[in-house]
Amino acid sequence: MNFALMWDSTPKLLGGLVLTLELVALSLLLGIFVAVGLALMRLSSYRALSGFAYAYVFVFRGTPLLVQIFLIYYGIGQFEAIRDSFLWPFLREPFWCAILAYTLNTGAYTSEIIRGGIESVPFTQIEAARACGMGRLLLFRRIVLPIAIRQALPAYGNEIMLMVKASSLASTITLMEVTGIARSIISKTFAPVEIFIVAGSIYLLINFAVSHAIRRAEYRLSAHLRAPPTPIVAVPVGVH
Amino acid sequence: MELLSFGDQGWGDEMLRAAAMTLAVSLSSMALGLVFGALGAAAKLSSIAPARWLAEGYTTVVRGVPELLVIYLLFFGGSGAVMFVAALFGYHGYVELNAFTIGTLAIGAICGAYATEVIRGAVLAVPRGEIEAAQAIGMPRRLMFRRILLPQVARFALPGLGNVWQFTLKDTALISVTGLVEIMRQAHIAAGSTRQPFTFYVVAAVLYLLLTTFSNHGFQRAESWANRGVRRAS
Repeated sequence: MNFALMWDSTPKLLGGLVLTLELVALSLLLGIFVAVGLALMRLSSYRALSGFAYAYVFVFRGTPLLVQIFLIYYGIGQFEAIRDSFLWPFLREPFWCAILAYTLNTGAYTSEIIRGGIESVPFTQIEAARACGMGRLLLFRRIVLPIAIRQALPAYGNEIMLMVKASSLASTITLMEVTGIARSIISKTFAPVEIFIVAGSIYLLINFAVSHAIRRAEYRLSAHLRAPPTPIVAVPVGVH
Repeated sequence: MELLSFGDQGWGDEMLRAAAMTLAVSLSSMALGLVFGALGAAAKLSSIAPARWLAEGYTTVVRGVPELLVIYLLFFGGSGAVMFVAALFGYHGYVELNAFTIGTLAIGAICGAYATEVIRGAVLAVPRGEIEAAQAIGMPRRLMFRRILLPQVARFALPGLGNVWQFTLKDTALISVTGLVEIMRQAHIAAGSTRQPFTFYVVAAVLYLLLTTFSNHGFQRAESWANRGVRRAS
C-alpha cells in the first residue's frame, strides 16, 4: 500500500468534487420539476397524459443511464436541425448533455416516488379538507403535499444517493469529476487499490452525509408520530 | 434501415450478437451475485462477529461507491490480484483476465451486495414458529434448511431479486469501458463507422428495453408460480 501516493492524490481527487456536486445538485433540482409534471400527468384522468407519463417512465427506467447519456451527447448532433438551432451551444457541451440526461433520468424515477407519496395520502383526510370547504390548491398545499413529502422522503433519499453514484458516468463523456480524475490517475500510476480507496471514500462520505440529512429531515417531519415528550420540569429562572 | 440489415452490409447481426453477449454477462454476473448474496446474507445473520463486520463492510462499500469505480478497480487491479493469489499457491507466471471475466467479477460483486440485503430480508421473513416447529420434531439442521427455510426464502426473495436483475442487466452497459463487445460497445463502434450515432444508440436502447421487459415478465410469471400455494384475501 502506497500511502504517499494516496496522500498526494487526495487533493487532486477532491478537485473533482465540485463538478460532481454541481452535476448532482443541478440535475436533482431540475429533475424535481420534470418529476412533479410527470407525476401529475400520470395521476390525471386524461388518457393521453397518463399514457405519455407511463411510457416515459417505462423507457427511462428500462434502459441504462449510459445509453441515455450517449444518445444525447453523441446522438443528437446527427441532426442538422439541432446543429443549426440556438440549442447547439448548450448541447455541444458535455456538461449540459450530462445535466440533460440526468435530469430526464432522475425525473422518471422521482415521478414514481412522488406518485407513491401522493397516493399514500389517506382519502379521509382529503374528504375532511373538502368538508371544511378548502379550495383545490389550498387542499393540495396544506394537506396532500406535506403528507406526500413525508411519505416519499426515504425513497427520495435513496434516489439522491443513486444520483451521487450515477454522476460518475459523466466521466465517460470527458467530464473530469471524481471518477474521471481517479481513472486518469490510475492509468498513470497503476495503483488501482490506493486510488479506489481515496475516491471511494469521497463517495461514501457524500452518501453518508446525504443519508444523515434525510434521516434528520424525516425526524423533523414526523413530530406528530413521535411519542409525546416527557413533561417539562419547571426550571427556576436564572438557572440555565 | 439498410444499416440494420443482416450480413456484410448491415449491423443487424452484430447488434444481435452483442445483445447475446449482454445477456451472457448479465446471467453469469447474476449467478455470481447470488453466490455472493447467499454468503453475505449467511455472514450477516451469523453469530460470528467478524463475519458480520466483513459482510457489513462489503455491502456498505459496494453500494455506496459508483459502479464505474468498482469496474476500474477490477479492470486495472484484477490481474494483479489474481497473480498475487496465484503466487501464494506457487504459480509465478503472468495471468491476464479477459474483459468477460473482469465484467462478470465486477458486476457480480455489485449484484451480490444488493442480493445480500434481499436474501437477508427474506430469511428474516420466514416465520420463527415454523423453524421452532421443525426443531421440535427433531429435524436435523440440513433437512430443515432444505425443507423449511429454502423454499420460503426463495419465494420471499423473488420480487427483490427481480429488481436486482434489472439493475444488473443495466449495469452491464458500464462494462463497455473495458472493451467487451456488448450492446453499448457495439453501438459505439457502429456509430463511429457509419456516423449515425443517434440511430445506433436508439437501437441499443430498444434492445435493452426488450431485455428488461421480457425478463420482468418472466420474473412476474415466476412470482405467481412461487406463490401458487398462498391464500390471499382478494
